[in-house]
Amino acid sequence: MTPELMEQGARLRRRHEAREAGRQGSGDRGASYGRVVRPGEVDTAHGAILYLEDITVSFDGFRALNRLSLSISAGELRCIIGPNGAGKTTMMDVITGKTRPDEGKAWFGSTIDLLRLRESEIAQIGIGRKFQKPTVYEQLTVFENLELALKADRRVRASMFSRLGGEQLDRIGEVLALIHLKDHAQRTAGNLSHGQKQWLEIGMLLMQDPKLLLLDEPVAGMTDEETERTAELFLSLEGSHSLVVVEHDMKFIGELTQGGRNGKRVTVLHEGSVLAEGTLADVQANEKVVEVYLGR
Amino acid sequence: MSAVLPTPTSTPTLSMPAARRPSFLGARGRIGLLAALIAVTVVVPVLNLAVAPGSALHLPEYYVTLIGKIMCYAICALAMDLIWGYTGILSLGHGLFFALGGYGMGMYLMRQIGRDGNYQSDLPDFMVFLDWKELPWHWALSDSFVAQMLLVVLVPGLLAFVFGYFAFRSRIKGVYFSIITQAMTFAAMLLFFRNETGFGGNNGFTDFKRILGIPIATPTTRVALFVITGLTLIGCYLLARWLVNTKYGRVLQAIRDAESRVMFSGYDPLWYKLSIWVISAVMCAIAGALYVPQVGIINPSEMSPAASIEIAIWTAVGGRATLIGPIVGAFFVNGAKSWFTVAFPEFWLYFLGALFIAVTLFLPQGIVGLFRQWRRDDDAQAGKEERA
Repeated sequence: MTPELMEQGARLRRRHEAREAGRQGSGDRGASYGRVVRPGEVDTAHGAILYLEDITVSFDGFRALNRLSLSISAGELRCIIGPNGAGKTTMMDVITGKTRPDEGKAWFGSTIDLLRLRESEIAQIGIGRKFQKPTVYEQLTVFENLELALKADRRVRASMFSRLGGEQLDRIGEVLALIHLKDHAQRTAGNLSHGQKQWLEIGMLLMQDPKLLLLDEPVAGMTDEETERTAELFLSLEGSHSLVVVEHDMKFIGELTQGGRNGKRVTVLHEGSVLAEGTLADVQANEKVVEVYLGR
Repeated sequence: MSAVLPTPTSTPTLSMPAARRPSFLGARGRIGLLAALIAVTVVVPVLNLAVAPGSALHLPEYYVTLIGKIMCYAICALAMDLIWGYTGILSLGHGLFFALGGYGMGMYLMRQIGRDGNYQSDLPDFMVFLDWKELPWHWALSDSFVAQMLLVVLVPGLLAFVFGYFAFRSRIKGVYFSIITQAMTFAAMLLFFRNETGFGGNNGFTDFKRILGIPIATPTTRVALFVITGLTLIGCYLLARWLVNTKYGRVLQAIRDAESRVMFSGYDPLWYKLSIWVISAVMCAIAGALYVPQVGIINPSEMSPAASIEIAIWTAVGGRATLIGPIVGAFFVNGAKSWFTVAFPEFWLYFLGALFIAVTLFLPQGIVGLFRQWRRDDDAQAGKEERA
């Protein structure tokens, strides 16, 4: 019994009690006339690909998320900003199944309940996540890193007998070119620069071919030029993928909101809930936001 | 490795640079090791049996047993390397699987003694001594060699599966996992020390007479067991090599380097860890089953925490995450041990301690890592000269 296990047990129990207490449906999740629920397939007919409702997470009495509600449309690129400790990373933990909320609901499309799935299952249905600290397999080569991320059967036996086909090699080559690591394919990932590791991790996300990408500070430690190229890459994904970008770098946010589609929305988190939401200009003019960022 | 690298014909879009990740000691080292193992398996029996005892080249039986024993240890070290070196899970309980395999073989050997024991009874001597009238239930299959060999694989495999399932599902990692494996082998040792458990208490099993009806202490049987052990070691090495070179092996290394990334890439680490954990446990058990007829004794001291820690030391000394390393390490440490305990019996433990400190401080990659370092220096030197 490790302390984490006991804590986890206590959290599970609180969550279970909260869920039993507030057991009531909201929204339309079932099959209806002309609409078939396909298990494991994301249903974005209602426009939203990610829907969080009243998510609360507390650690030792500290509320990391406080009744957070947020909805992301299919194909949207949403930037999320907020001061340190606003709950941005915890929110990603909840979406990807790493942290179970005490209360609240999280839906992927309108039919998949994220709170019922494990991390690996959530990744398989199409949510990719990039960590704040670039996380790659340091001892493997760049090529092997991408190979492991490639969309394929994830079971043990399949991995033992898997061989790469020509199509899959083409796909890896394509992503290598996209993340500018074509000349480094056989290098050990641990020897890459910080910015290159960031790109490799983004490349690994692309290999998974997710529908929703969660990107936690993707340009931290990148040079200006690398940052610019990353912004271009994300803008090219907009529309075909949904992206949630958490970032401190306001210049990068500016690049993202100005390029691509118009009317992009920015969400400001503070103390575990949404403080403001709107276009970048609106948000920057918002008095509450200014107060939070500059202090009273 | 070559299986995953694209060939120029199949991938016109992708041209790979020629430089590959340097593998430990390269292909030459791998072939060298395999050749050495095969040579040992062939040469030792010849020197022992075919060369006349008076000749200078004759190898005394003592060495046949010693090398056979060390080859069993090398299988254990290889198993430890799969779970520790490649997957990053340090087990300090592998001695238990080794001992269980040994006990499985020992039960069969005890029954093979027949009525030649001290008490001339159908039951093994220790049962007569305890005044038992019939075999306990868990000895039911001990008459049959085949059934008992199945148990050698199944019992440790099942124990590893159940233990591993709960440990990995609860995401017990790092030092916590090492400690509970240590506790597991310690608990088993206390259990096997008790006479009521039916495994001969603290004396364990010894005084074996026959295996498959053949007298066990003859030179021919000894050499046959030696050759089987050598072949098993080679087989385990080839299996391990195949495993780590598949995508499965790369997922294991990925789990070692960044388990959360593996999970968020859609792999469930539970089944990967569990499968390699069970494979590793079964390899250890087979080594134990080969060890007992050669050494002629099995008792609960094989389950002592120190025995399991020693397996980890062989692996670390040889070099983790290389397949050559653990085999080299097992031979080096045990070779040194048998020499030291004869030449300076009172200093062996000091030497072992010093060796472990030295490896931790100066050779984090083990002996094999040292060779690789030299090779790299040589290459750098050669590169400099070329440029000059």
